Amino acid sequence: MPAFEPVLSRNFQVPDSHTLRVYTERGGYSTARHVLTTMTPEAVVQVVKDSELRGRGGAGFATGLKWTFLPKDRKETFMCVNADESEPATFNNRWLMERDPHQLLEGILISCFATQAQIAYIYIRFEYINATRILEQAIAEARAAGHLGRNIYGSGFDCEIYVHRGAGAYICGEETGLIESLEGKRGWPRIKPPFPAIEGAFRKPTVVNNVETLCCVPHILERGASWFRSIGTPKSYGPKLYTVSGHVNRPVCVELPLGVTARELIDEHAGGCWKGRKVKAVVPGGISMGLMSADELDVKLDFEEIRKTGCLGLGTAALTVLDDHTSLVDYLYNTCRFFAHESCGQCTPCREGTAWFYKTLKRIKAGGGRLEDLDLLRSLAQNLGITPGTTICGLADGAAWPIRNALDKFRPEFEDYIRTHQNPAAGPTPLQEAIFHGRPADPLITQIGLSKPSTPASALNPPPPTPSTATH
Amino acid sequence: MDASTPSPLIPESLRDQIRALFPRYPNKRAVTLPALHLVQHHFRCVPHRALAEIADLLEITPAEVHDTMSFYGFFTQAPVGDVRVWICRSLSCMIRGGDQLLEHACSRLGIQPGGTSPDGKITIELAECLGICEFAPAALADDGRIFGPLDEPSVDRLLDLVAQGPVTDPPISPVLAAPARP
Ligand SMILES: Cc1cc2nc3c(=O)[nH]c(=O)nc-3n(C[C@H](O)[C@H](O)[C@H](O)COP(=O)(O)O)c2cc1C
Ligand code: SF4
Ligand code: FES
Repeated sequence: MPAFEPVLSRNFQVPDSHTLRVYTERGGYSTARHVLTTMTPEAVVQVVKDSELRGRGGAGFATGLKWTFLPKDRKETFMCVNADESEPATFNNRWLMERDPHQLLEGILISCFATQAQIAYIYIRFEYINATRILEQAIAEARAAGHLGRNIYGSGFDCEIYVHRGAGAYICGEETGLIESLEGKRGWPRIKPPFPAIEGAFRKPTVVNNVETLCCVPHILERGASWFRSIGTPKSYGPKLYTVSGHVNRPVCVELPLGVTARELIDEHAGGCWKGRKVKAVVPGGISMGLMSADELDVKLDFEEIRKTGCLGLGTAALTVLDDHTSLVDYLYNTCRFFAHESCGQCTPCREGTAWFYKTLKRIKAGGGRLEDLDLLRSLAQNLGITPGTTICGLADGAAWPIRNALDKFRPEFEDYIRTHQNPAAGPTPLQEAIFHGRPADPLITQIGLSKPSTPASALNPPPPTPSTATH
Repeated sequence: MDASTPSPLIPESLRDQIRALFPRYPNKRAVTLPALHLVQHHFRCVPHRALAEIADLLEITPAEVHDTMSFYGFFTQAPVGDVRVWICRSLSCMIRGGDQLLEHACSRLGIQPGGTSPDGKITIELAECLGICEFAPAALADDGRIFGPLDEPSVDRLLDLVAQGPVTDPPISPVLAAPARP
């Protein structure tokens, strides 16, 4: 196999890589010009379809296929570029926008041409203040040079790109939450179907794609679908920007073929685990994706193989490394706090469930945990999300997965913690007690699909163990 | 304009900036977030009266503007300081000591998270992942400056630095970090 040549990040280290001058000097916009002046939109869609490019935003859906869902007889199409990047530990879109904004604009332009969208909105999280400024300058430059605007390259195709800033809500990264937010409303995800391709922004057919997905497009058109498919692993083709943060010596954003292992990323690219310690666990792709144990470091991080570890998926390919001094109670407490904070509150199971997770973890952390809490958490996690079909969007799955994985893979650590950290002042609330024991809130338990505790109620009825009885 | 508001709060120049965004969208309601951002930036908050004036401009009801505004954690009804600093508490920062930094910053200024220093210069807020995790534990100022990796002494320097006021066009790399430990 030939040595891997980075393409998405090839300009990252070039001085002034964010300027149009440098971008065009390095061949930029020549692919867009070629595509717009010599190809049909259908042919472009076909090339992207043939490349088997899969979305980099988290779900891994085939991009070309998604584009074919747009109705043939549509009159107007919108493009939404998902630059909300709020999944904890993820920062590759930021690198792409700050260091090579024109690559993204060229990708948007070609993708708009392919889907016949004349307006693209880059929905960018507010916190990316520098990226916003850089993108706006880049758009102005591109427009002045005729890469955007009317009748681009004399092709008769018009395209405008606008930057639209978010306001600090994680849920606006979910594609329909993003659309609602763009329309000026609260970012409440919509019930699907209809999918955005049929009815999206302003009730018109809409394409939503991630920044990195669109950055791949010019390279696919320039080098061909088979080049793209020559990189990566089966069903996971192409280059990918992985990010590594947490307990490593050198946190990085690095471009590699899809399917590298966590071990490779940590040891060869991130300078190894810090302070000479050992890796205990790795969060594979943003915290929503769950948790890999140290035994799973040789699993390929692509769209398919990672599922073998029981993780939800590749997500954003953003690794957080946890060293062997890290308490997984702290880890889980942190993820539960995040999702309780970010649930949009629209679906009862998610709003209440994430809050319940958080309260329970908080109590466990404070020394009021009971072993039964772990069963309750686990069964709640099993019943929460679009996978079991109880919520509108995938935030709930992301909230549940860390619990599933952490408890399935590291249960003894949680049991140990509960046994050895009893603090009588931090006991469960009466409502938590009542619900757990099935009284008097039985109907609630059946409704949310919890199985009753397998231990006979009599064994559970006594109050939680005092520290002395619990510490072995 | 509504006759009951003879002296509008939102100045004409800001109104023009808001109106200039209308052609970008199929309807005016989509300008809600951009308008709120412009107003927040101008007044360092979104005053109640401005809400109604935005609604007027966008031809929607004040309730609709309020509904949107209240959903997002970003807009405030009381003015924030000259510089707003967010300190990250998400996973990659927390495991490198991020949780303590928020406390440290607040106690040095004698405020709670979300509060503003008595001199009105700095507002400190907690944040979920700021997308600058390679600099964890990290913080961000609303002028775009990023800070990290931080420790308690460097948080002190951060506070001194931002007390001097906002800057324009900051670099994309951190403006302040704790000295690397051997
Ligand atoms: C809770 C939640 C948050 C999401 N956040 C993001 C995000 O920040 N950026 C992103 O590109 N996709 C995010 N997604 C995925 C989008 O819904 C959507 O699948 C993606 O933007 C499609 O683009 P792609 O096919 O190019 O990946 C999120 C999904 C969920 C359920
Ligand atoms: S699953 Fe959670 S975040 Fe998603 S729509 Fe429902 S309440 Fe909102
Ligand atoms: S976790 Fe703190 S910036 Fe990402």
